Amino acid sequence: MVVSLSHYLIVAGILFSLGIFGIFLNRKNLIVILMSIELMLLAVNINFVAFSAFLGDLVGQIFTMLVLTVAAAEAAIGLAIVVVFYRAHRSIAVEDINELKG
Amino acid sequence: MIAATLAFYLFAALAIVGGLNVIFQRNPVHSVLWLIFTFFNAAGLFVLLGAEFVAMILVIVYVGAVAVLFLFVVMMLDINITMVREGFFKYMPIGLLVGGILLAELITVFAGWVMSDSAEAMRAAPAPDPSVISNTEALGLILYTDYVYLFQASGIILLVAMIGSIVLTHRTRTGVRKQVISEQNARRPEDTLEIVKVESGKGLQ
Repeated sequence: MVVSLSHYLIVAGILFSLGIFGIFLNRKNLIVILMSIELMLLAVNINFVAFSAFLGDLVGQIFTMLVLTVAAAEAAIGLAIVVVFYRAHRSIAVEDINELKG
Repeated sequence: MIAATLAFYLFAALAIVGGLNVIFQRNPVHSVLWLIFTFFNAAGLFVLLGAEFVAMILVIVYVGAVAVLFLFVVMMLDINITMVREGFFKYMPIGLLVGGILLAELITVFAGWVMSDSAEAMRAAPAPDPSVISNTEALGLILYTDYVYLFQASGIILLVAMIGSIVLTHRTRTGVRKQVISEQNARRPEDTLEIVKVESGKGLQ
């Protein structure tokens, strides 16, 4: 049985859904939500690389690296915000983050 | 061929097991470790697809930098682990609903994916034969020429992220005695020194 493009896409789809599920599930811990977002970005990367490999187009892999860069930047900024919030409130539960005046 | 198929199923299954553990672990430290596990298996999938450079970058950037960053922050913050699971069953149904619907939709779209016949002709950067030019070299050939602006832009994004996180987490501490070199250099002998003629036998008062 040959591994086709659909196999990779379905693995990526399952990982993406797990990321969404994780965001809903972990309402007490902001860091796990950030990790779920990383999981979703990984799924997107698997999609890009799979399409790139099966189509024979290298741009998919270039774009994967850009996604990786943005994911790293997002993790750094997100964790910095979490640290600052924890210093101010001694908690990082999602329900405690309700003071934003918009 | 059969070995590659087996390897795909192994890496795919382990990546999904890792993903499940990331969201179901009680302890955030364990979640980070399972996230690293997932990234390693995804890197294995990338190697199977012939994208070695992206696989190595994934291991270096994610496992070497992002996951360690997560570990630092998780261990720095004192999180009450028993409290983490509160509301777990409250949000389980809606999570299952949204996640399940999304998964069903994604599988319906992806399961019967067929490349269009004209897709081959519309490739922006056709991959060269891996036996002639390696994946890393081929990526380098287009990354620094055709996509150099994107490359520079991602560098700027990283710089902004670095400055942003330093500015966010920096705090000026009170009660710390720091060396102020300009003040030290501005000090003149006349400000602090007093020269007194002491007569013999009398001494200073």
